[in-house]
Amino acid sequence: MTVEDLIAELQEKLAELKRVARENGRDLTPDIAELEQRVAQLSQGRGAWDQVQLARHPSRPTTLDYLDLLMDGFYELHGDRLGSDDSAIVGGLAKFAGRTVVVVGHQKGRNLAEKRARRSGMAGPGGYRKAMRIMRLGERFGFPIITLIDTPGAYPGVAAEEHNIGGAIADSIHAMLRLRTPIVVAVIGEGGSGGALGIGVGDRVLMMENAYYSVISPEGCAAILWGDRSRAPEAAAALRLTAHDLLDLGVIDEVVREPPGGAHTDPEGAARSLGEALRRHLDELRGMVPGELPALRGSKFRGMGICEGAVPVTHEQGGE
Amino acid sequence: MKVSWFRRQQYVQVRLDQKGEEGALWVKCAGCGDLVFRERVRENQGICPRCGAYFFLTAQERIALLVDENSFQDVSKPIVAADPLGFVDRQPYVGRLKEAQQKTGLRNETVVGRARLGGHPVILAVTDFRFIGGSMGSVMGEQLAHAVGMAAHELWPFILVTSTGGARMQEGIFSLMQMVKTVTARRELERVGVPFISVMTYPTTGGVLASIASLGDITIAEKGALIGFAGRRVIEQTTGEKLPAEFQTAEFAFDHGMVDRVVERRELRSELVRVLEFFPGGRDR
Repeated sequence: MTVEDLIAELQEKLAELKRVARENGRDLTPDIAELEQRVAQLSQGRGAWDQVQLARHPSRPTTLDYLDLLMDGFYELHGDRLGSDDSAIVGGLAKFAGRTVVVVGHQKGRNLAEKRARRSGMAGPGGYRKAMRIMRLGERFGFPIITLIDTPGAYPGVAAEEHNIGGAIADSIHAMLRLRTPIVVAVIGEGGSGGALGIGVGDRVLMMENAYYSVISPEGCAAILWGDRSRAPEAAAALRLTAHDLLDLGVIDEVVREPPGGAHTDPEGAARSLGEALRRHLDELRGMVPGELPALRGSKFRGMGICEGAVPVTHEQGGE
Repeated sequence: MKVSWFRRQQYVQVRLDQKGEEGALWVKCAGCGDLVFRERVRENQGICPRCGAYFFLTAQERIALLVDENSFQDVSKPIVAADPLGFVDRQPYVGRLKEAQQKTGLRNETVVGRARLGGHPVILAVTDFRFIGGSMGSVMGEQLAHAVGMAAHELWPFILVTSTGGARMQEGIFSLMQMVKTVTARRELERVGVPFISVMTYPTTGGVLASIASLGDITIAEKGALIGFAGRRVIEQTTGEKLPAEFQTAEFAFDHGMVDRVVERRELRSELVRVLEFFPGGRDR
């Protein structure tokens, strides 16, 4: 359902409520006020939900599409060397702008069978371990690392928990903070929570114009905070998850322009735009001393977060 | 990601300092359903004297249970949560914060202190589940970075006791980024060779599990803890898998190699002291 449909539906309900209130002389003011507020919030947030829909568009270019369009001779590598090869994450060596790079990205799959096999880009622990392994390979040879994020989130499954998905993501974040080679991250579609962040720690973090990046899916957020998954459009607006939101909040470095109508309308155009941005950032980073990158990367993320300063102590904490 | 906290029967919220229940002498144990004398539960380390079920511990209770008497000095940063997104769901975030502050008497969910355990100086950080599910937003990220910084400076072991539902949704992307921030902080300890003991209690889930909590040099789970990345309901809905009864318990985590040990609440303090003995700490080591 589009936001427009939802707004239309709510407005119908609203009209109905007002009619009932008028004809039966009942006081429905609180209900009416709540609905009016919802409509207002939805109209405000309509951009956010539309963007989420675009980010999830079934024909939106995937990681492998961008690699085909941007890289020469992508040579895929497989396996985490610990017992699995998770195809929700792809990675390998490629030539980009004439130089060898290492690329790692979520891969959703381009048809139904592939989507199923790749679990729509929801990686399990093996995926993050594979990513780490391939990124470390890049570091050994001084190859810059490009990661492309496109996942609804890490795979929520029994096997994933048994193999410590939480620990695998933590390890991957830790590993990325230590890598001495430049890392450029681009969110190309869905930036779903810890599953996205697991390959998301870079010297530069870019977002495609219609991508989103969020601590939780709008549906999950709506289910928990509103007790109703259908409030996802409002949650999407409240979460401030669009590329421009994140740029405003200082969490990402650049918004990569997409062709009008979205990347799926013109994949070549989207790839050109992404390629230009990746090249520019890699060029900038190439000039830096490799040994200094981990410290700079660390302080970039160390500085993220907003708190309010000192307030008087009103309660004796701890220590009885 | 959040989990349904009350599915497991072993823990109950013991709202000892909530308004309106201040005078209540008895509390109901969700383990056995009996009314038990509140003071006895408190004296008994938050363990039901009838059936042995664990009650939730507040940060203060947890600290009192672990540290040498009178050794705890609160050195938390005097910060409170901002509302960087202007977040409103059924209730504005600022309202939730105020409520949590009134309910707990805490400024925020994370308490950091210097303390001694069996004479060993440590930096201790504890999260309080009562405060918006002990969830991690910018404040927890900053408190933990601050705690780790002190531990690295003093060369004192760092102990983190988590009770958290994961990232705080109301701070959106900033909460997600605290995962990186806390891991960055954790790296400081590696540089100076200071041990980090991660203690997972009920619950340790989502974004906190997928960051600093999973990176302990030594990792201890309190018996009965819930430890998992994704919530049960999410897993059931996404995969249709039937979840085993012991799924995401401390014992499950142990069986799958995620934690070094599962320890009873009563034994936790002596266990930590035992671990600390292996790591001569402080500047004069």
